[in-house]
Amino acid sequence: MTPISYYMALSAILFAIGVVGVLVRRNVIVMFLAIELMLNAVNLAFVALGRRIGSMDGQVIVFFVMTVAAAEAAVGLAIIIAMFRNRETVDADELNLLRW
Amino acid sequence: MPQPLFAFLAALAIIAAFGTILQRNLIHCVLGFALVLIDLGVLYMGLGAVTVGFLQIIVYVGAIMVLFLFVIWLLNVQADAGVRGGGLGLKLLGAIGAAALAAELFTIFFNAPKLREVRTIAPDFGSVATLARVLFSQYLVAFETTSLLLLAAIVGAIALARRLVGQTARIAPPAPRSAAAETPPRREVA
Repeated sequence: MTPISYYMALSAILFAIGVVGVLVRRNVIVMFLAIELMLNAVNLAFVALGRRIGSMDGQVIVFFVMTVAAAEAAVGLAIIIAMFRNRETVDADELNLLRW
Repeated sequence: MPQPLFAFLAALAIIAAFGTILQRNLIHCVLGFALVLIDLGVLYMGLGAVTVGFLQIIVYVGAIMVLFLFVIWLLNVQADAGVRGGGLGLKLLGAIGAAALAAELFTIFFNAPKLREVRTIAPDFGSVATLARVLFSQYLVAFETTSLLLLAAIVGAIALARRLVGQTARIAPPAPRSAAAETPPRREVA
């Protein structure tokens, strides 16, 4: 059997990859995917720790996180569509209207 | 879950996650992320969370990833510069900071002594019945609130993405760019 700490280590690595993705990419859609990657890394930690303490609460929280992620994807992609319609770009650096 | 299987799945997840953030073609990014999601679903099943694992594959890969692909194709976005180009300082700082974060979390989780013990679980752990019993008793209010959240998300998405009658396709002119300025305006988004 694999110890739970291995799962937690994998979760940490995936979360860090998500952080890198948000910071190094300027494409809004890829940044969005990286945020989803971070959400999923935390989900893995929830499931693994729920397994460790023998409780179903972790899985229920994962269920809720998936729901929130779905709502976030719907609203976020609608914002991206509106942004592309107005500016014809998905580059975060070009959205500099509020920059001083 | 046996250790060689876990090692394989973990390596696959990390490679696919790097593929998600490093590829230039957006479709490849989304497909890499779908691979991460399927991989995590299998890991959940290995942890006994069978219902959540299947939900992950059905909801995430089946619905959310298709939404992403649909938007990418709808927008007709070309491959961008990837990780190259502009903001080198931020990228360097981001990579170093993320590596430090990973090292810190890794050390904390890997050295937690209680996480090394393996506990046996009840045979019906993670089944639909067990999950539903907790979900519809202890978390009933949160569950109902979730439906409200989804309703608000649907209304918000439609309000944001629709085009008002008589509204022109472009409100603000695009920022002056050498290459983009000469290209003819792309096909309008439906």
